[in-house]
Amino acid sequence: MEEIAIGAKPVKQADPKKKRRDKRVTWAIIKDQRQLIYMSVPLLAYIVLFAYVPIWGWSMAFQDYKPARSFGEQTWVGFKHFKFLFTDDNFLRVLRNTLAMSMINLIFGFVTAIILALLLNEIKKIFWKRAVQTISYLPHFLSWIIVTGIVATSLASDGIVNEMLMKLHLVDKPILWLSEGKYFWGVVGASHVWKEVGWNTIIYLAAIASIDPALYEAADIDGANRYQKMWSVTLPGIKPTIVILLIMSIGHILEAGFEVQYLLGNGLVVDWSETIDIFVLKYGIAQSNYSLATAGGIFKTVVSITMLLLANWTAKRLGEERLL
Amino acid sequence: MSGPESTIAISRRRPGSRGLEPFVFNTLNTIFMIILVIVTLYPFLNTIVVSFNAGNDTIRGGLYLWPRQFTLQNYKAVFVSGTIYNAFLISVARTVLSTLLNIFLTTMLAYALSRRNFVFRKPITTVFVLTMYFNAGLIPGYFLMKDLNLINNFFVYVLPSMISAFNLIVIRTYIYTIPESLVESAKIDGAGDFKIFWRIILPLCKPVLATIALFVAVGAWNSWFDAFLYTSSQQELSTLQYELMKLLSSSMNANSNPSVSNGVGMQNATQVTPISIRAAVTVVASIPILVVYPFMQKYFVVGLNVGSVKE
Repeated sequence: MEEIAIGAKPVKQADPKKKRRDKRVTWAIIKDQRQLIYMSVPLLAYIVLFAYVPIWGWSMAFQDYKPARSFGEQTWVGFKHFKFLFTDDNFLRVLRNTLAMSMINLIFGFVTAIILALLLNEIKKIFWKRAVQTISYLPHFLSWIIVTGIVATSLASDGIVNEMLMKLHLVDKPILWLSEGKYFWGVVGASHVWKEVGWNTIIYLAAIASIDPALYEAADIDGANRYQKMWSVTLPGIKPTIVILLIMSIGHILEAGFEVQYLLGNGLVVDWSETIDIFVLKYGIAQSNYSLATAGGIFKTVVSITMLLLANWTAKRLGEERLL
Repeated sequence: MSGPESTIAISRRRPGSRGLEPFVFNTLNTIFMIILVIVTLYPFLNTIVVSFNAGNDTIRGGLYLWPRQFTLQNYKAVFVSGTIYNAFLISVARTVLSTLLNIFLTTMLAYALSRRNFVFRKPITTVFVLTMYFNAGLIPGYFLMKDLNLINNFFVYVLPSMISAFNLIVIRTYIYTIPESLVESAKIDGAGDFKIFWRIILPLCKPVLATIALFVAVGAWNSWFDAFLYTSSQQELSTLQYELMKLLSSSMNANSNPSVSNGVGMQNATQVTPISIRAAVTVVASIPILVVYPFMQKYFVVGLNVGSVKE
């Protein structure tokens, strides 16, 4: 009996109305699917514990949290810490840095990846194309520690970048890239591009590959040149992919990253390098101001979700692909 | 995956592919790609060169593609210090354990969620997908680790990263491509879901699991923040990347303050400098990835593309 019931269901699947009726959860179904339930339980329990239970800790942001006291003994202070955050010059500066670096990474990252994908697509020798791709993906797999080490070496006063600039007579004395705040955002943006540009092209190349070749043939017959084809066939062809990836990235707008800024930052550029994550770490772990740090973290999550929903809604309005 | 080839085959026949303009474009494009390759590879080559060059000599600068005074001193210094050796073992252990656990559990769940008649499919999927955009944050996370007694405990490297929603969706999407009839016929033969998962699904998922295993392994191998946050007071639990991070920050400070650099890290070996040690550790930390990478490359492009397919 049971086997037949299971075997029959994929057939029902085809009809959306019947599928909905299947949703009724009865003991018979639970018993029938108990193995699937057992398979889900370990990770479900895990994710609840590691991802959802800690949300309880958000209560700290509304208290003057003292670790020695029990939950009932904490002093509730409402939005005090949030008010402090938005009037605190430190936090506002950190917010500015986060948004600036995030925008730079977003724009740089998208533009360079799309351009590289278009150019790679124009390479006709498959071996050469594969070779370039293989090499350009490589930095994605290295840790930020290694990458920032390489960046720091290359940008040192006697590093390769300064040496090149000097030899080309573009500058007459080495630029201290990592000691001046005004360069920091650019350095972070460039490091991201170096590490991820190849990797980010994978998805665009796949999207380009799935464009109907007949469109290119039609464009040829219409006398389109290479650039016109890129502009009128390839780019519109990958537009849905671009929109989806943009939506996903916008949800992470306050995650400019932590590692690069933490590893490349130093006392001289601190006003430009600190992000919300570093702020949280500094107040929370180093100074044990748990309540303030938690408030900063909550702010970040709330903004992320709001931005994601907003971007998704906008995409829907524009009639584009969307995530949710 | 016949896509790229077929597009290229057609582009060869494009009428406009002869004449001066395509020649100029192709030449410029090739030059651009060569520059890209150089910009990507050169820093590694240079790091390898520095790691094989005598430390005192490196300070003179002007090292490009070949060591001037070849030496293995830097590597000896790295492996003589028990710290790095131990950190290497910890890194290997956490990477292997994380990858195996992660792959097994994620695939098991992915199989359950791929059964279209599974009654809890939607709610469970939602619970996992939400975690892609949502986390409690650093401080509540830290308190959780504390409450679970994971501070200064090896398992803090393994437990908090047992699944990623992205990997789950990739594997589930891949399982959808396995013909339903295989599962059905096994059911008719009396196999339960566990058996089907173990005997049929897991072996058939090899390509996608290779991809995910690579992602997980690289993530575990490369992470340092957990060591920094949770085990920094326990030297035996330090990982390779965290040791590298410490070396990096100490030598960066030495860089910005030249008067200090003469004293740092040269306790016994005169030839070894912080910069050459750092180069050697960088090479040691990237070798496992450079070794695995070429074998995995053919899989991850497929894997990533499977993941980008929407439900």
